[in-house]
Amino acid sequence: MSGIYVHIPFCSKACHYCDFHFSTSLNLVEGVISCIQIELKKKKHLLSNKTIKSIYFGGGTPSAIHHDFIFDILNTIKENFNLSKNIECTIEMNPDNVSPELIRKYYDNGINRVSLGVQSFRDCDLLYMNRSHDGKQAIESLEILSKSRINNLNVDLIYGYPTLDDKSWIENLKILTGFNVHHISCYCMTIEKKTALEFLIKKKKLRPLEPDTGARQFKIARDFLTRNKFTHYEISNYSIKNFKSVHNQNYWNHSNYIGVGPSAHSFVDNLRQWNINNNKKYCDQIHASKKFYQKEKLNRKNIFNEYIFMNLRSFKGLDISHCYKQLKPNEIKDFNNEIKKLENLNVLRKKNNLIYLNEKGMLISDNISSRLFLV
Amino acid sequence: MSYSQKNIRNFCIIAHIDHGKSTLADRLLEYTKTISERELQNQLLDDMDLERERGITIKSHAIQMNHSFMGTTYTLNLIDTPGHVDFSYEVSRSIAACEGALLIVDAAQGIEAQTISNLYLALENDLKIIPVMNKIDLDSADIESTKDQIIDLLGCDGSEIIGASGKTGQGIEQIIDAIINKIPYPSGDSRGHLQALIFDSVYNPFRGIEAYFKIVSGSIKKNDKVKFFSTGREYHADEIGTLRLEKEPKEIINTGDVGYIISGIKNAQEVKVGDTITSCENSCKSPISGFEEVKPMVFSGIYPVDSDDYEELRSSLEKLQLNDASLTFEPESSIALGFGFRCGFLGMLHMEIIQERLEREFNMSVINTVPNVSYYASLKNKENIQINNPSDFPSVDQIEKVTEPYIKAQIITKSDFIGQVMNLCIEKRGVLTSQVYLTTNRVELSFEMPLAEIVFDFYDKLKSISKGYASFDYQADGYKSTSLVKLDIMLNGDQVDALSSLLHKKHAFTIGKKICIKLKELIPKQQFDVAIQGAIGSKIIARETVKAVRKDVTAKCYGGDITRKRKLLEKQKKGKKKMKQIGSVEIPQNAFLAVLKLND
Ligand SMILES: Nc1nc2c(ncn2[C@@H]2O[C@H](COP(=O)(O)OP(=O)(O)O)[C@@H](O)[C@H]2O)c(=O)[nH]1
Ligand SMILES: C[S@@+](CC[C@H](N)C(=O)[O-])C[C@H]1O[C@@H](n2cnc3c(N)ncnc32)[C@H](O)[C@@H]1O
Ligand code: SF4
Ligand SMILES: [Mg+2]
Repeated sequence: MSGIYVHIPFCSKACHYCDFHFSTSLNLVEGVISCIQIELKKKKHLLSNKTIKSIYFGGGTPSAIHHDFIFDILNTIKENFNLSKNIECTIEMNPDNVSPELIRKYYDNGINRVSLGVQSFRDCDLLYMNRSHDGKQAIESLEILSKSRINNLNVDLIYGYPTLDDKSWIENLKILTGFNVHHISCYCMTIEKKTALEFLIKKKKLRPLEPDTGARQFKIARDFLTRNKFTHYEISNYSIKNFKSVHNQNYWNHSNYIGVGPSAHSFVDNLRQWNINNNKKYCDQIHASKKFYQKEKLNRKNIFNEYIFMNLRSFKGLDISHCYKQLKPNEIKDFNNEIKKLENLNVLRKKNNLIYLNEKGMLISDNISSRLFLV
Repeated sequence: MSYSQKNIRNFCIIAHIDHGKSTLADRLLEYTKTISERELQNQLLDDMDLERERGITIKSHAIQMNHSFMGTTYTLNLIDTPGHVDFSYEVSRSIAACEGALLIVDAAQGIEAQTISNLYLALENDLKIIPVMNKIDLDSADIESTKDQIIDLLGCDGSEIIGASGKTGQGIEQIIDAIINKIPYPSGDSRGHLQALIFDSVYNPFRGIEAYFKIVSGSIKKNDKVKFFSTGREYHADEIGTLRLEKEPKEIINTGDVGYIISGIKNAQEVKVGDTITSCENSCKSPISGFEEVKPMVFSGIYPVDSDDYEELRSSLEKLQLNDASLTFEPESSIALGFGFRCGFLGMLHMEIIQERLEREFNMSVINTVPNVSYYASLKNKENIQINNPSDFPSVDQIEKVTEPYIKAQIITKSDFIGQVMNLCIEKRGVLTSQVYLTTNRVELSFEMPLAEIVFDFYDKLKSISKGYASFDYQADGYKSTSLVKLDIMLNGDQVDALSSLLHKKHAFTIGKKICIKLKELIPKQQFDVAIQGAIGSKIIARETVKAVRKDVTAKCYGGDITRKRKLLEKQKKGKKKMKQIGSVEIPQNAFLAVLKLND
């Protein structure tokens, strides 16, 4: 289950909350794209005898740059890697970029999944977030996609910020599920460091988040979507049957993937690498054949901890016997003690040697993970 | 009297903290070529890391210099004194070993509390005082006013005051001249019975205790059989010598001189500062006067965070005790914290030092419980008990009378702050006993107050109300009757004995409330609500709640987020490991000292 992630570091407008790496100036697009192609060839050997099951164009906003750039990259990938026949090939789009022509071109060139960043259907919310589109465009883009040949559609929504009351949140979910979507990512608004959102709230120019809204709206989404044929398969992800994201699962299963483009991460044989998150420097280093990434080899404890963290988040259950295999005898004792405590606190349950979080546990899954960590 | 005895000068330096004692000592060593500049690490006499960081001399040391003056070679013994009130007994013994003292006053600060208290100790011991006004290189130096203060204090002539700078070296030569010409040589009968005053000791892990002494009469020879007066124990003088930069072994040390003795003593308890060394065969009749057993003034529980480390903690404390005889400890147990030790300290600084040394030198993660002074209670059944621990506190209906230790405190401050300082001391149950103007705008206030009051936030408060312009010193002053209550803390209904504290009735209510508020700040959110209650007897006087974590989950989790988040959570887990689990509640180490960090 190997994958390729391509980071397209350009957006038409900067959302207040966003801490992903992107630039709103398009003048380096050509340079970055050609360097991404160089990088793909450099990293070819990492997945040389593997079959690629997923390609993901993320960002930034891949739909904001000319489609030919995307196709150039796709061609380079096809020439250098073994692709599976039923590969999942996703592109992230913003609603204001969606048109029937563009979707057709994407589809004709092998893209079979779209991840659409809607966030909300309400203008006041989109304004709070400083999105590049309005509610009407969000609806129109969904209409276009529903009629298109793309048969695997994800939509991102964000909840848990002050302009969105519970009723409106449900309304957003209702509108969305009225369309033929296969996968929904519901993210709780997070104030990342050094973002405009953090700054504007501190300066009292935007309303702050309220403490309990996130937890409440998490439950609202979970109730609503699970009653509407969606399976809640990871903290922030829902899908209808057979439409879990191959790409996401690659991340969470510790499968190998390479990431190309500024700020992209790779994970191959327990080695993590992350690229420079600066478009110009990235290009300069690639051209000069100099180091454009940092790396870290995960040790036994790191691997175990990530395993815990990701498996608790995904609801197929944490396999206790697999944990035991990675632990030393004295660590097993501590691990069991913690599990027992957590059971008593009524945040998880054990079934057939698998551990599942209940709803209360999901909401504090970071806290629970860290308790089970090896340090 | 031998010729050489006349050429000995024993002196110490008395100064308030930071007035430049250590720096000036370095200059003297340099000037007399006792050390070369290359060897000179700044502030050589403070050789423990911790001292260097805090800029205070915790344990006394001594060093010998030679200096030629008008064709005669003099032996100058500088005896360093600890600079903090917690160690005032050790200061008094160091001073007793000298004939003269440099009184150093920072020209930018003027006279402060320890300048005065140490000066009195020196005068009591008939020391010749050489006044030195230091740091005259500073722009902020107020030379005229400082001079006036010194003249007022000593009744000396202005021309006797030496202006100096430890920084530039100015005045060092004059200081040396004054030491030689003004300080008397040590008296004492060189043919009399051996009498040597122990003024300090140091633990050497290879050779046992080194005791530092000054010979008051007679002489000591290598391989002599000697006896320590207070313990009556006898030893063989394996090695004796003088203290240069390194130890310098000698065959004999004569009257008036300062030296060290190594005799295979393994336990610091056997070497008591102030004790007299005499010879076994030719014992002196009486010891040198002024010896006291030092008694701990402040007690606190020390527990290992991980209860498996109990034995290791014991052995660490034993090792610490080898070079710090004033530390006492005995096993105690707490329902909340398991097995630990009740430790006795000379004061709050001493307590902090021990705690830090445990962490640094022994890598022990420990929990300190709220410190308290030692109380005495007379019970209705005529029994008398000592209370060093809140858990010793008897039930109220058994108590006839409780007494608590008092101190005499001196505070020197600017006259602008008299009002605030008085208010603070009165709030701390102090009684003003005198008020003396040192200059028109500096005043010395003396109080009698309970020692317990300075154990809590006294220093910090004094500093903040006086904007740093107040210095403080104190001496023990017996016991007085008091009205004491025990404040208990309950977490989710269970009493946590390690959080109990003994408080004066007057403060119990307000402090109890503040403790609960502070604990609410210090105890992190758990997966359930934590109720914090303060109780006196069966009466609940305060209640706070730490709300449960409701939500702690990463929303988006892409490639890069995983590593970042994992590192963050690993760090959290490390923090948790240092917490103590009591019942189901996790409590960080510092919560046990909450009472020392109360907000207003
Ligand atoms: N400008 C100046 N600073 C000095 C002088 N003597 C000491 N200091 C500084 O004052 C501080 C306290 O000095 P120290 O010798 O440790 O004081 P002690 O606490 O009395 O031993 C240090 O930062 C020294 O560098 C001096 O003569 N002039
Ligand atoms: C990196 S963005 C890329 C997709 C595309 N550019 C867009 O904005 O729709 C992926 C998704 O992460 C979510 N996201 C980004 N920053 C977030 C934040 N601070 N809090 C919550 N969700 C966030 C948004 O839902 C966004 O659609
Ligand atoms: S959320 Fe998407 S569109 Fe907005 S700034 Fe981030 S990457 Fe760009
Ligand atoms: Mg010093």
